[in-house]
Amino acid sequence: MSMKATIRQVDSVTVVDISGRITLGEGCSQLRELIRNEVSKGNKKMLLNMADVTYIDSSGIGELVSAFTAVSNQGGQLKLLRLTKKVHDLLQITKLYTVFEVLDDEAKAISSFESAASA
Amino acid sequence: MTAKPGFVEATLESDLKNVVVAEEISRRVATTAGFDESDQHRIEMAVHESMINAIWHGNKNDASKTVWLRFQIYPDRLEIRIRDQGNGFDPSLIPDPLAEENLLKVSGRGIFLIRTFMDEFRTEYIAGAGTEVTLVKRLSSNSQPQQGGTGREHESHHSSG
Repeated sequence: MSMKATIRQVDSVTVVDISGRITLGEGCSQLRELIRNEVSKGNKKMLLNMADVTYIDSSGIGELVSAFTAVSNQGGQLKLLRLTKKVHDLLQITKLYTVFEVLDDEAKAISSFESAASA
Repeated sequence: MTAKPGFVEATLESDLKNVVVAEEISRRVATTAGFDESDQHRIEMAVHESMINAIWHGNKNDASKTVWLRFQIYPDRLEIRIRDQGNGFDPSLIPDPLAEENLLKVSGRGIFLIRTFMDEFRTEYIAGAGTEVTLVKRLSSNSQPQQGGTGREHESHHSSG
């Protein structure tokens, strides 16, 4: 039920596979800590795989915004991968769909970081 | 938790773990009332956000305080009342989370989501008792009560604790 996150490195991109609930309390704290750690290690290309996120609340949305800002402030990029319909709808309702870059294909998402870096 | 035909009441301790309990109750009541899966999820999210507000902001996470909930099924709607033991708040003072300057704010979207997902949202400060929010979701014409209930008479929910 609670949030789980595993981190893997694909080329220069840090992919975070998130599952479960991103809600006020444990889920948000875990995500905040994880992003903080990765940013402090100098990882500036972050891809959050949201395919297995079952529930996200207003605090969880706030945590995504916080992560986006933290990575952007370090000159990096944070993108979202494979949103569920519920998360997709929430980002549209809150107008954040225009803020985040959202992709459905992991390989294309990874290469989008590379092409941005070489541009 | 007590139960009578047509409504469910519960009094829960101010513990974030009880948000899930409230969600579960809302899901069962919404199903019984005949809401489709999409509306069940909207109602569940509105209850989730209201519980967070009651526990976190109203009761300041004080475990000695409680949150009271009442789910009332009417022929045409579901009415949910959630009361904390806090000092009240004025929802008109919450900045618009869709305003350009607020889009990247970390907080301030809870009430907005409740308003979006429900047909009515009211708040009332009851002196000596706390803040009560009322959430209303109307049944659309194609919604059907679950088998075992009708528009006027719905099955009861029983306490799990």
